[in-house]
Parts: sequence; structure tokens; C-alpha cells
Amino acid sequence: MSQDQLELFEIFLRAKRGLDHKHVGSLHAEDATQALEYARDCYTRRNEGVSIWVVKSADICASQEDDSECFFDPSDDKPYRHATYYPLPSAVDNM
Amino acid sequence: MPQTEKTAVTLDPSMADGLMSYTLRLADDALVLGHRLSEWVSNGPFLEEDIALANTALDYIGRARMFYGHAAQISTDMLACQKTEDDLVYLRNEREYQNHLIVEFPIGDFAFTMARQLLIDTYSVHYLDALKKSADPTLAAIAEKAIKESRYHLRRSQDWILRLGDGTDESHRRVQTAINELWDYIEALFEVDALELGLIEQGIAVNPAAFKATWLADITASLEQATLSVPTTDNAIRGGRQGYHTENLGHLLTELQFVHRSYPDCQW
Repeated sequence: MSQDQLELFEIFLRAKRGLDHKHVGSLHAEDATQALEYARDCYTRRNEGVSIWVVKSADICASQEDDSECFFDPSDDKPYRHATYYPLPSAVDNM
Repeated sequence: MPQTEKTAVTLDPSMADGLMSYTLRLADDALVLGHRLSEWVSNGPFLEEDIALANTALDYIGRARMFYGHAAQISTDMLACQKTEDDLVYLRNEREYQNHLIVEFPIGDFAFTMARQLLIDTYSVHYLDALKKSADPTLAAIAEKAIKESRYHLRRSQDWILRLGDGTDESHRRVQTAINELWDYIEALFEVDALELGLIEQGIAVNPAAFKATWLADITASLEQATLSVPTTDNAIRGGRQGYHTENLGHLLTELQFVHRSYPDCQW
């Protein structure tokens, strides 16, 4: 069997109960069920996870490099959108 | 040695020899199959499956170490012959290995490997489920741990048999050929000799005859779902448990043992 007959899946792991699933990598499999098994074998052998999500890579709609100027640059000069921009009243010690 | 607790079983000392042999049989099955599976490393059909096969191989080798560790403990505590795990693995000859013949065949093609796994994984799940109730607490504890791995192995092998059996004409033909070839070695998995009978009476060993019908029903269901047929042969090739092997085991042991035999007790 050659790899070009297989689909690419993105693997997300939840490391502990209460934490979010985090992207850990990708792998090839014939379908989602098999991807789940390979994810178990490739990414959770050292107690890395308590839950696995697999998503077909093709189903992910990703922003493009070309978009980054209009997507992300506008926020570069708007520091007031960060809470740290505002001096804290002395009564508030920590936030 | 992963299994460090003392053998707590209250046992007629005359049974110690038998218990050690029985433990070695289970160890040999796990080691030889684990070694065979490890031969897929770097030869798997694609990277992900290569890793999955290596994981399965390591599960079996880990299981073998627990059984050998227990056998070594029995040799020290009950038989005063002080064998180590390494003695048992590296310094026994082919005739002293007592694994079932089915596990020693070369890996063959991928269909052969997966067909053997389906037959063995289904068997292991039933066997270990019964071994969990063994009167020997160490054997019961090993079974408790190993059955979780075997349930996962079975999930994988059932999945593959379905894909291959219900796949292309060629994959169907290859997996059916493999099942037919392996079937001659099935009967021996369900037979017990005087040694095991004695331990079965003590509640230590498993009597596989008790789950033969369930095993066959499970296999029939897996094969039929995969559009494969259950062989009808009455052939039964025996010998592994008595130390009579096919020519394949000698070659396997040569590779497994030569470093240790060339450099005895070498550490690295």
C-alpha cells in the first residue's frame, strides 16, 4: 500500500482532564477510525493523553500567508487593545 | 526484572517444577511472537503501521519479560536452581523452548501477519481472561495487565482483516490463504498435556478447551464479516509444547541468542 492512497489527519490530544485538546502532529490513515488507532500508537505511548481528536487535514480551512498583511498587521499599532496598556489603580495590587 | 513481588501462591512443592515450565511456555509464546513482530520494524507497509506493529511487538516482549521474571523467581525461591531472565532466554536451546508452533512462522506477507494476529489476539483475550483468576497471584496480575494490551491488539487485527478480506481480490486471496495455512496449527492451542492438567486441577493453569467454542464463534464472526471463509480441515500439527519445532525456530533463536552466546554476560 502506498501512502498516496491514504488521507492525512491532524491529531489533537488532551493531556489531562480539564485541559484543552492541543495539536500534536499529523499522520496518514485510511479513515478516521484507523487514524485514531495510529494516533494512539504514535502519540500516546508515554502517557501524553487521556483523549484524542482526529480531523481530516483537508477539512481544516487555514488562513494563507498572503492574507497575513490584512489579517494581522492592523493590530500591530493598537496597544490599547491589551489590558496591560492601562495603568492599574494602586488599590488593585494584582490582576 | 519488572515483577519483584514474591511468589505468594501456596503450592505443593512438587508442583514448582510444573509451575515453572508452565510459566516458561507462556513466556516463550510471548517472546517468539514479539520477536517475529519486531521483524516488521522498518519494513512496515507505511510509517504509521510500522510504528503500530513495533508497539505490538514491544507489548509482547514486555509480557515475555514478566513471565520470564516470574519463572526466574520460582527457580530461585522454590527450586534452588537460580536462573535469571537472561539464562532462560539466551541459554536454552530450541528443544527447550516450548512455544506453540503457530507463533514461530516467519512474518510472511502483511496478510499472513495480520491473520495470525487475529487468531492469536482472539485466543489471548480469552486465555488471559481465564488466567486473571489463576490461583498464582503473579500470573493473575500479569494477565490483568496484558489483557488490556490484547484487547487493543484485537481491535487492530479485526480492523485489518476486515479491510483486507473485504478489500481487493488480491488482498482477499492473500488473507484467505494465510488463514488456511495457519488453521493446521490451531488445534494444538486448545490441547493440554499432563503437566498443564495437574496445574488446571490446582486452579493455576488455564484450560483452553473451556473457551474453544467461544473462540471459534468469535473467529467465524470476524471472518464472515470480512467475506472470508472458515477452513474446514481436520489437520492438527502438534509439537511446540513438547519442544518439537519447525525449522523456523532455530533460525530465530540463532539471531536472538548469538550476541549473548558470543560475549557471555556482556553488559552495555
